[in-house]
Amino acid sequence: MASLHNKFRPLLAARSAALAASILLASGLAYGQAVNSCLDCHSAQPGRLEVTPEKFSQDIHAQKGLTCVSCHGGDASNYDPDQAMSRKAGWKGKIDRRQVPQLCGSCHSNPAFMRQYNPSLRTDQLDQYHTSMHGKRLAAGDTRVAVCVDCHSVHDLRPPSDPRSPVNPVNVAKTCSRCHSDAALMKPYGIPTDQFANYSTSVHHEAVAVRGDLSAPTCTTCHGNHGALPPGVDKVQNVCSNCHVFQAQMYGKSSHFKAFQDKGLPGCVVCHSNHAIHMPSDAMLGTGSSGVCMKCHAPGDRCDNARASILGNLTQLDQSIKDADQSLRLAESAGMEVSEARLSQDQAQDSLTKARVTIHTFQPALIDADIQSGMKIAAADLKAGKDAMVERNHRRIGLSLCLLAIAFMLVGLWLYIKKLEG
Amino acid sequence: MCANHDPQTDPSRRRAIEIFLGGGILASLASFLYPVLRYFVPPAVTDLGGDEVVAAKVAEMKPNSGKIFRFGSKPGLLILNADGTFRALSATCTHLGCIVQYRADLREIWCACHNGTYDLNGRNVSGPPPRPLTVFDVHQRGDEIVVSRKREA
Amino acid sequence: MIAAVIRWLDERLHLDELIAPFKHKTVPRHKLSYWYFFGGITLFLFMIQVLTGILLLLYYRPGTNEAFESVQYIMTRVQFGWLIRSIHSWSANLMIFTAFVHMFSVVFLKAYRKPRELTWVTGVILLALVMGFGFSGYLLPWNTLAFFATKVGTEIAGQVPLIGKPLMIFLRGGEDVTGATLTRFFGFHVAVLPGIVVVLIAIHLFLVQRQGMSVPPKVEAEWAANPSARREMKFFPNFALRELMAWYVAIGVLAALAALFPWNLGVKADPFISAPAGIKPEWYFLFMFQTLKLIPSKVWIIDGEVLGVLGCSLAGLLWLLLPFFESEKSSRAKAWVTGISIFALVYVIGMTVYGFLAQ
Repeated sequence: MASLHNKFRPLLAARSAALAASILLASGLAYGQAVNSCLDCHSAQPGRLEVTPEKFSQDIHAQKGLTCVSCHGGDASNYDPDQAMSRKAGWKGKIDRRQVPQLCGSCHSNPAFMRQYNPSLRTDQLDQYHTSMHGKRLAAGDTRVAVCVDCHSVHDLRPPSDPRSPVNPVNVAKTCSRCHSDAALMKPYGIPTDQFANYSTSVHHEAVAVRGDLSAPTCTTCHGNHGALPPGVDKVQNVCSNCHVFQAQMYGKSSHFKAFQDKGLPGCVVCHSNHAIHMPSDAMLGTGSSGVCMKCHAPGDRCDNARASILGNLTQLDQSIKDADQSLRLAESAGMEVSEARLSQDQAQDSLTKARVTIHTFQPALIDADIQSGMKIAAADLKAGKDAMVERNHRRIGLSLCLLAIAFMLVGLWLYIKKLEG
Repeated sequence: MCANHDPQTDPSRRRAIEIFLGGGILASLASFLYPVLRYFVPPAVTDLGGDEVVAAKVAEMKPNSGKIFRFGSKPGLLILNADGTFRALSATCTHLGCIVQYRADLREIWCACHNGTYDLNGRNVSGPPPRPLTVFDVHQRGDEIVVSRKREA
Repeated sequence: MIAAVIRWLDERLHLDELIAPFKHKTVPRHKLSYWYFFGGITLFLFMIQVLTGILLLLYYRPGTNEAFESVQYIMTRVQFGWLIRSIHSWSANLMIFTAFVHMFSVVFLKAYRKPRELTWVTGVILLALVMGFGFSGYLLPWNTLAFFATKVGTEIAGQVPLIGKPLMIFLRGGEDVTGATLTRFFGFHVAVLPGIVVVLIAIHLFLVQRQGMSVPPKVEAEWAANPSARREMKFFPNFALRELMAWYVAIGVLAALAALFPWNLGVKADPFISAPAGIKPEWYFLFMFQTLKLIPSKVWIIDGEVLGVLGCSLAGLLWLLLPFFESEKSSRAKAWVTGISIFALVYVIGMTVYGFLAQ
């Protein structure tokens, strides 16, 4: 700075004067507010140096009473840049990426400090971060990995519960994909970059981002947020089992559990994929392109036969339910009342859903038990529909007889009238 | 206008009138009365089906246990609390429609599909369910436990 | 056997005197005589309503917990319950239709002229009461469509200035449409309205018996010029037998409609769901409903709906007093009344069709 001092002194003086004038005006307009020379200057700075009061007012830290000085140090009451941003005033400058977690953690890992603001906030984020791949690599000197401000944003940091925050569940996948879908960025690490593209086709994405159902998982649900790391091939079904309890329990007791473990296969992911988790269909038990069984099993062996029988039963029940639906629809359009049978169709559909869950036991006998109870209900509903049509025909016959009697009567009356009037 | 001995009213004509008129009256009245008379006979099933149902017998319920029963066309859950009081709620989970169960160890209602829990008042306390369960009225009649929908004005 | 019974009654009641006027009762015969049937058909359909209504009362239970279920019970479990209920619903609609036909035939045949003004007035009141029957009965199955139609309908009633709010609360039995409304409508439908209507029908029929059948002006003029051209038919048995034939045809039509197009049950009403799109009242209210929809929401400083309700009420009142606007002397008044009648018919039909087709 010394050279600057000598050569550009007049310009500096002019600059200070202009700034002082505009600041006087600004502070006149901002009468009553605490003096924040940082924002006053930096709202007029170009590019990455720009931080406006509008932007900063969105930040939760600003709303809690923290200021620029809280993280960057310096003197916010002084309009002279040399004094405001001097080492003497404690100015830290732009925080180096390697220092960011430590800086954030200086408050956020201090329970006594955080208790003053929100006693229920966790204070283990920094510890978790150190266990994550991002934290480990940062410690090894890689500054390209994510640090706090990459995901949480900075200067307009909103709490995760705010739907506009980049770390709100509906936005998390997009935030992660900013780096993880960037092929150039991921090349040195050898990590695939198709996760977000795959996840976008999944039922979980549809639930979270489209329907707003926050009970469905996003990246951090399975990978962790601060301690982000893939769960490990042998722990996959532990993660899935948090929500898909029944399926995980059944799978854990099944033949496939040990078989996959021994081969080092990632459990649920083998059939359902990790990111591109689509709505499962009966075709997954088939031999077509969506079929998963034949990827390992040989055609004609014991397992192939079991697969075929399971698929056959499921298809049979599905078809029975559809047939019953058709019969009931026909009866309804003929004006017959079949609402009870319609409601009982729901129970048949429940049996089918239950049977599809029981697939994870990989025991045809157990699956068959669910199927049979569903078949009984569907058969009863089909009969109800057919009975309704029979009843309809009876009514029409009754109507014809009645109309015949009326016609008889009309003829009789007409003849009688004719006779009377001669 | 003499109507009685019109030369045109020959016996066969009169007969025709008698048959059509007489037969017509009888047949038409029969076809009107038959449905009405059958209507008067009350059907065998007198239960309307939607209002109340016998959920269980007193003897078959153990304290701190639950039982799934059919209420109309939907499932219901009957709970006998440890203190001897009965509680009945809809057993259809408000998340995606699975059938919930009573967890005696947790003293809570639990849905196995996605780990949703409700308290004994039906309020959704944790997990994905967005709404509470509907609570029904429970009465004891002799040795039967009768569950009915909450009465409205 | 029958003669013996009649003799027994005659000794005690002097039946001759009672029957005498009916023996001499005649009905004018001309090209337009067929319109005379419609009053009788409407009466017959009313009797069908009373009969099927009483039968339905044997199984129907009012109350939000049971109303829908009891109608479902009648439709599915009671023997021929579907028939009784469907006839009741179809006959209700048919009766309102024949009442309108009867009224317009009276208008165009000019039967409302002196001395039959009171017959007209009681008739118009009867039409309003019959539409009240339709409105109250429609709610009784407590299904979604009925619930929301009642909500909208009573809301409109609440738009009448000054008395609107108390009127709406009276109709609803409270601020909103609830089980209290159902109870109240049930009371109106099976007790209050039948009582009033039976009395009015008695007066209406008495007037018709006392004054005889009116003859259209053109025919009247013809017969005045040429007395020998006058044709009359004895009521008993000639006209009565023809009327009986018409009633048998009506039964046939009702039976066919009930068997081929059984009345819909719908879905049980849930007060907490939002109204389904495109709620419309029953067809006989459509012309008024559609009129209200066409009025802009604000006309000058007056609220559009209030203006509509007032307008319809005024139109109804003027219609009620129609005979008094036509004097025998002024042919201009007669022309005006004829013109307005044609306009009224076209308007009612047109707005009803429009209401059907509109989304």
